[in-house]
Amino acid sequence: MTKVGPGRISLESAVRRVGDNGSGGIAVFLGVVRDNDRGRRVSAIEYHAYPEMARAVLDRIEKDLRKRFPLGGVVLEHRTGRLKIGEASVIVAVSAPHRAEAFEACREGIERIKAELPVWKKEFGPGGVLWKEEQDLRRAKRRTVGASR
Amino acid sequence: MKVRVLFFASVADAAGTRSLDAELGNRATVADLRRKLEKDRPRLAGRLGKCAAAVNTVVVSPARALADGDEVAFLPPVSGGAE
Repeated sequence: MTKVGPGRISLESAVRRVGDNGSGGIAVFLGVVRDNDRGRRVSAIEYHAYPEMARAVLDRIEKDLRKRFPLGGVVLEHRTGRLKIGEASVIVAVSAPHRAEAFEACREGIERIKAELPVWKKEFGPGGVLWKEEQDLRRAKRRTVGASR
Repeated sequence: MKVRVLFFASVADAAGTRSLDAELGNRATVADLRRKLEKDRPRLAGRLGKCAAAVNTVVVSPARALADGDEVAFLPPVSGGAE
């Protein structure tokens, strides 16, 4: 079950939806907004998605996870819009017969979401408003310049 | 032919819009579209090259030929990374 949109993420609902009588374990990863990013204070984050593609990517990740692990239920959701500190932006919940598969599938799910989902972060803080990918590009440039010395 | 172009995040800010329609010659590729956009909107120069391109929500190479009615999205690097 996958979702991308402005609706609030509910841990309780996700756990209920992955519940499965044949599964002995449920693993959940909840990503939440933190108040700092590499030394910068952060007061809120706005998540912008390419929704049609993000849905397709989440569906593909669910399909791949089900191929690799004997999963009962799968919930993959990413929230969009402006979130406050401590609010959940992403959830991965899976149920599996045993804990090893549950933990491994959950880990793989969040890593793939982080790497593949077309969602971008705009960070708000006392230092202003910054797109995360721009900060990363600037940092990469600085690193390259430093390395060439 | 005409294609729909989508921009996101910092690239949408630089483009001054989230979407536009672009007129292209027959057999134009993603790379041709990128060159045209960077010429028409100088603030995009150097930015689109750092983006992945997706046609109709599937990531493609710059050599991919476009067809009338395609939706082409330029995707800045996603925020996830190694955190």
